Amino acid sequence: MPAALVNVPAKAKRGAIIEIKTLMSHVMEPGYRHTAAGDAIPRDIITSFTCRFNGAEIFRADLYPAIAANPFLSFFTTASESGRFEFEWIGDNGFVANASAVITVD
Amino acid sequence: MPRALLAVMVLLGAALPVLAGEIAVSARRSGYDFLSSDTKAMQDDDTANPAMLSVLDGETLWSTKAGAANKSCGDCHGAADASMKGVAARYPAFNAASGAPVDLGQRVNLCRRQHQQADPFAPESRELLALTAVIAKQSRGMPITAGDDPRLASAVARGRELFVQRQGQLNLACANCHDDNWDKHLAGSAITQAQPTGYPIYRLEWQGMGSLQRRLRGCMTGVRAQALDFDAPDMISLELYLMSRAHGMTMDAPAVRP
Amino acid sequence: MSSMFDPLHLSRRHLLQLAGTVAATSALPLVTVRPAQATPAMLASAIRNLVGEAHVQTGKVRLDIPPLVENGNTVPMTVSVDHPMTPDNFVKSIHVFNEKNPQPNVANFFLTPSAGRAQVTTRIRLADTQKVVAIAKLSDGSFWSATVDVIVTLAACTEEMP
Repeated sequence: MPAALVNVPAKAKRGAIIEIKTLMSHVMEPGYRHTAAGDAIPRDIITSFTCRFNGAEIFRADLYPAIAANPFLSFFTTASESGRFEFEWIGDNGFVANASAVITVD
Repeated sequence: MPRALLAVMVLLGAALPVLAGEIAVSARRSGYDFLSSDTKAMQDDDTANPAMLSVLDGETLWSTKAGAANKSCGDCHGAADASMKGVAARYPAFNAASGAPVDLGQRVNLCRRQHQQADPFAPESRELLALTAVIAKQSRGMPITAGDDPRLASAVARGRELFVQRQGQLNLACANCHDDNWDKHLAGSAITQAQPTGYPIYRLEWQGMGSLQRRLRGCMTGVRAQALDFDAPDMISLELYLMSRAHGMTMDAPAVRP
Repeated sequence: MSSMFDPLHLSRRHLLQLAGTVAATSALPLVTVRPAQATPAMLASAIRNLVGEAHVQTGKVRLDIPPLVENGNTVPMTVSVDHPMTPDNFVKSIHVFNEKNPQPNVANFFLTPSAGRAQVTTRIRLADTQKVVAIAKLSDGSFWSATVDVIVTLAACTEEMP
């Protein structure tokens, strides 16, 4: 599994708006480049990122070649109950990577 | 004779082993100081610093058994955060067996050969960058001490010689930019002081990790010179001189640079 | 006899200017990017695909990108929408486009009312100095936008590929 860094607060007060940060290692080869020999370097990017909380989608992103290598995404959610965040990155050439994090809400 | 060479001869004659560069100690600034606030923020936050992906990788490798000896780094060294504290700050260091300095990547590969009985990692390989990143992180916040060992004096002097030697089609020495013009810009880029406090780095230009050797090869290519080979003795001397020039400055590895 | 390129007869300032010029004029990386083509029109068409015939109003959206970026390969970008996030009144999605990269789409972000705050940060690539446009789609079907101009400087020193 490629290296992924996800940052979710371990604890939050109910109703608090929390920030979630994710970093995924990936070259994000845009598909517009050529080697010195003139051969096209095929596109190899992450095309989709999804975050679910206790099974329900809370955030999703479509990514294009204009996203920098090792995609970083940070977004917000309201802490409603304790549970598990699941993160999924999907990309070209069958790329799939997952991560998860738990939060305790009181 | 070019003035720079005269200057270094005077300096070497008068000042060894004190290695004052042309930049006064009080005027020294790390690459971090030249960063925009956005890039500083990227480096400062471990959950946003892309170099931390390499550190994460390195932590896994640290505890992965390898080679005929079936040993991991951790089997000998224990936890990296304790045993590797301050290590990167004193590299390149003197290697008694070869009677010459080795840099951190070479040290890792010596361990692989001698203690793990494994093939060395290639220069700039994901694995070598990851292991040096996890080791370098343990020196964060600590002062650079490389070059203190008196047995390194001749290598430091050789590195200084290379630093002030004009080279390439642009006929520029490292010193022409990094000692004499560090307060100016080349196109949109700040010319920095070449204080290697944060290697291995995540460079935005590379969109990935790289060693000090890769960075130096980039500069050499930039002045249209034949770049030194990875791990060439002169390359190590140059790394050593740069680290000794940054003596006492604070390590900020793994850093983010433009 | 001295030529223009004799370093002993050239001040360091001139030398650096020369270095910059040479680097800039020969800044052909070993791996080249296909030139962007007619993409301001592609930008307009990509936006039309999103909004259809709807009117896009300026406002509510804030797009934070450094006006002068350090490196076009990795540009921090934060987009936020000043709008409530309640179950019946919220930001459904935010779409980011650019004008001159080879393709106009940068990213689409799909939000839910539980986000609490309509704000996303990522890092993007900008091949050249250009406009970046963010458009937010609200739950009432309206569209709001912000546009910023970003200046991208090319690296002064070329490098070999590893």
